[in-house]
Parts: sequence; C-alpha cells; structure tokens
Amino acid sequence: MSLGQGPRSRRSSRGRIPHVRLGNRRHRRSGELDCIGLCTNLQHRRAETPRLHKTNKKNSWHARRRARTMSAVMVTRKVRKWEKLPGKNTFCCDGRVMMARQKGVFYLTLFLIVGTCSLFFAFECPYLAVHLSPAIPFFAVLLFLFVIAMLLRTSFSDPGVLPRALPEEATFIEMEIEAANGNVPAGQRPPPRIRNVQINNQIVKLKYCYTCKIFRPPRASHCSICDNCVDRFDHHCPWVGNCVGKRNYRYFYMFTLSLSLLTIYIFTFNIVHVVMRSVDGGFLNTLKETPGTYPFLFFFFKVLVCFFTLWSVVGLTGFHTYLISLNQTTNEDIKGSWSGKNRVQNPYSHKNFMKNCCEVLCGPTYPSVLDRRGMTQEDLTVSSASAAPSSSSSSNAAPQTTKTTAPLIPNEHTPDDARPSIAASAENSDSSKEGFPPKRSSPARVTSPRVALIKCI
Amino acid sequence: LSPYITIMPYITIMPYCHHHFHNLQELRHSASLANKVFIQRDYSEGTTCRFQTKFPSELESRIERTLFEDTVKTLNNYYAEAEKIGGQSYLEGCLACATAYLIFLCMETRYEKVLKKIAKYIQEQNEKVYAPRGLLVTDPIDRGMRVIEISIYEDRGSSGSSSGSSSVSGSTAR
Repeated sequence: MSLGQGPRSRRSSRGRIPHVRLGNRRHRRSGELDCIGLCTNLQHRRAETPRLHKTNKKNSWHARRRARTMSAVMVTRKVRKWEKLPGKNTFCCDGRVMMARQKGVFYLTLFLIVGTCSLFFAFECPYLAVHLSPAIPFFAVLLFLFVIAMLLRTSFSDPGVLPRALPEEATFIEMEIEAANGNVPAGQRPPPRIRNVQINNQIVKLKYCYTCKIFRPPRASHCSICDNCVDRFDHHCPWVGNCVGKRNYRYFYMFTLSLSLLTIYIFTFNIVHVVMRSVDGGFLNTLKETPGTYPFLFFFFKVLVCFFTLWSVVGLTGFHTYLISLNQTTNEDIKGSWSGKNRVQNPYSHKNFMKNCCEVLCGPTYPSVLDRRGMTQEDLTVSSASAAPSSSSSSNAAPQTTKTTAPLIPNEHTPDDARPSIAASAENSDSSKEGFPPKRSSPARVTSPRVALIKCI
Repeated sequence: LSPYITIMPYITIMPYCHHHFHNLQELRHSASLANKVFIQRDYSEGTTCRFQTKFPSELESRIERTLFEDTVKTLNNYYAEAEKIGGQSYLEGCLACATAYLIFLCMETRYEKVLKKIAKYIQEQNEKVYAPRGLLVTDPIDRGMRVIEISIYEDRGSSGSSSGSSSVSGSTAR
C-alpha cells in the first residue's frame, strides 16, 4: 500500500520495524511528544505522517483514506502557535521572525546595501578619513547600522496581521448577516456582505473577508500574497519581504528615509573623493588607476547603484511623506478612497500636517495580536482516515491560550479527558466529515512536525 | 438541535447537582458551555480600540445591564489610555527612534503595560462578577482585538447528564 510520503520519509513494507520519526529536525526543540496508549503489538506498519507536503498533498491524503485501520495511538504534542497559523508566511527563530514566502528580493536589497557600503568603507573611507575628517566614516557607519536595523525590523516584524475568526465567532457573524439580510428568495444572489459605519461624519463601508471570516476593520485589507488580513494595510513590499501595515509602517518609513540619506551621503562622498584625487593627479589618471588603490569598476558600480537608488528611494520617501501628511495609506491612495470626488474626505486625517505626522510616526506601538510563541496543544488521534482533520480541527477549536490568566482547561488535564476509547473514536469517525478537504487538515505552511502512527492488529 | 451550539473539546460532563457556581474552578469542572456572545468593536470614533456597550439579549437573564456596561466601559477606558497620543507617547516614540528602536528590548512599551492591567482586570471581573453567574469573559487580545467573547455556561442538572463520559466534539441540545 502506498503511503503518504514527505521529502525525507522512507518506504518500508509490512513486517519491517518502521523508523518512527518523532519530529522534524528544525522543530524538535518546540515539539514535545507524549505517547499515550501506545499499542505494542508485534506487527507494525510504516508510520504515516499527517504532514502534507505540498507536492504530495493528494497522495498522502488518499493514502490515509485508504489506510482505514484501527490504531490505538493518541499522541499529544505541545507546539508553538506559529506552527498552526494559517496564511502564507514563513517563520524563523521559533516564531520570533515573520516574513512573506518570497524572500529573493529581500536578499537582493540586503546585498545591494551591504555590498555598496562595504565598498565605500573599504575604498573611500581611508582616503577621506585622512584627507578630510574621521567624522565622515563614523557617521557613515552610524547611518549604515540604522538602515540595516530599520530594514530588519520592517522585514521581521508582524505588520499587524488580524487572526482569522474561530469557528464560533464565524458562525455568530454568519447568523448576524442572515438576520440582517432577511429572506432571500431562492435563485437570487444574496446582497454583498457590507457593514456601514459612520466615522467622523463619513460613511465607511466595512467589507467581509471570506478567507478570514471577519468584517475587516476600517483601513484593513487582505494581502493575497501573504493570505492574511492586515490592519491599516499599506502595501506588500517585495524589497522588504513583508507586508507594510500598522505595526511596521514607521519602521518602513524610517528605512526609506535613512536609506535615502545614506545613498545621498555615499554618492556625495564618492564624487568628493574622485574630485579630490583628480585635483591631486588628473581626472583620467584617477579613473585608470590599477585595482588595489582605486578600482574604476567598483567606483562605477557604486555610482550606478547610488544613482538608481537615489531616484527610486528618494522618490518613495517623498511619496510616503506626502501620504503621512495626509494620514493615508498607499492602498487608499491607489484606490482613490479619499480622492475628494462625491465630497468624500479622509475621516482619519486631523487636517493638520504636524498632527498627522505625529500620529503615524510617534503614535503608540501596537502589540502583535498573533501570539506566535504561545504554546498550544496538538492532539493527533488516529482512528480512521478522517481522524487527522478532526484532530487539527480540535486543536483549532480549543486554542490553549497562554495569555489568559485563568485558562478554562489547563493543559495537564487534557490527555486524560480527551482520551477516547477505540469504540468511541470509531463512532466519531462516522459522524465526522468524510469529504474533508485535505487543505483544511494541515496548514498551508508545511512546518508541522511529523508524528508517528502505528497500526495494530 | 441548534447547529450553532458546540461543546469545546476536553470538557468532562459529570453528574452534577444543580447549584450556584462559586468560582472559576467549579465553572471549569462542572459546567458545560452553552453559548458564546461576541461583543463587536465600535468604530464610530475611528480606528481606536473601543467596544460596543449595547447589551446583548442573550445575557439578559444572566447578568445586570449596569455590571456589563461597567465592564465594557472600563475596558474602553483602558484601551483609550493605551492609545492616547500625547506627550508621553511622543517622548517614547522619539527616544525609541533615536536608539533605532533597540530600547524596546529592555523597556516595556506603554501599550504592553496597559495590556497587563487589562488582563488583571478581566481576571478580577471573572472571579468576582462573571463566574458566579456562569459566564466567562475572554481577553480581547486573545481574539485579535476584534471581539470580547463572553462564554455562557449552564450547570447540568442531575437528570440530564451522563456519568463520567468525556465528549470530544459534537453538539448539544439546549
């Protein structure tokens, strides 16, 4: 029988003792395994993993459907919440770092900044420090460190992602929508799900997000690249490798501002350096000097990078300064939400340049509501093919939050309470949904550790 | 069977004589979740965090209106204090910017301090006001600051419960 295969699994036939994989190498630190009720019969089968690798999604799901055998294993694992988060983000450092999936352009940004600055420090600074002033490389270093700090802060932080609605909340909202819509005659499309809210004498429409099952707060938008609703969504920046939203907008702005200053600084002192050398020994001679003292190629590279960066980054900084002064987001600007036609005005603006700037740049630092590093329970009870979906849905339905100081169900009690008998689980399998789509049963991000399931006869 | 009522997993339903809940411990062990009410955000004053003070009809028989409104108004005040834009927030912002935001590694932001106060307040309210009435308030930060979730519990009379069985997930009739 074919089995669901991850990239590192091995095939084994019936009768061979399986290699029980207890967790992905990367996540061993975060997942602990408690095996309860292990069946120790002699015949073991190669463990099936509930982890659905992207390419083998269908195969492993069908494999699990086919393998309708009883097993008496219930495995409880403590995982960090980031492993269970929906959406297309990647997480590093055990949930501390949160980025979008495509990071290629971010590496390019890093390379350009670090590369250009190191060339500057290597070739220009010694000359300038001696002939002009040691303060020049000193400020260059400070500016460079600030730029890198802002870039990393923007890229690695949570932009203000709104978590998806839990099932009960989603149902509650559906009920409200149905109550508001009344009876829709059969065959007619139901009206679009919109809530109207009056903010500052302006009617703002709140749209319903079908992915996250919430009514989006004002100024929030759903990023299709990261598959998340982000509060005060500005735009998704590939250069930074993350969305820019409420929580990291100021870091993004400081990054573009400081990068503009750094580019202007390096560009200016490039020119100054060339001019000074030319004054010393003639312009053409300066350019022709052999590598080691003053490589022409590096100079050309730096000037090119600085030139293009200048026009693009300085332009971007100017654009965002304009947006901040009006308290608008890029998203609103592109859509023309407050463009002024139909007497529609921006209800969030204080109509005062300083006030708007202060609110956006010096406002409160909002906390992340995602709680990436909290612990949650993942219970994988496998009694039939549909058990994996039911286990993940049970872990979704019972979030073990660590923030509430009076948790409803303490984690220590769950294994005892939740241990079903084989008969009960066989009954449950009939009632649980048969045609459960494989996508639901494991998050799109394939970082959940594999758990071994052993079949007994 | 109402399709909208679910039991959260891992709750043990034990045979139980009808009596008044006294504290959160008892609520946890001897009651079953009947329903949840979600208090939505009030956006009439912009994007600052505020919750609607409208009294939901499901709570009419469980708690006095004034107590509920007091809780929501106090929470709203806490959030307003956290998000206030004034002298202190400017100072914090400028200082943080000058240190490239590294100061947040050692210092707690004002918002985080207020969130701790809120967590303490909610726990205190749960213990004193809500648990004796069979209700439980969840901190909005656990729900993405979107809603205040109030869980309504019902104690099961001795006639209507099964002995010692645990239910994993399913629905129950009210």
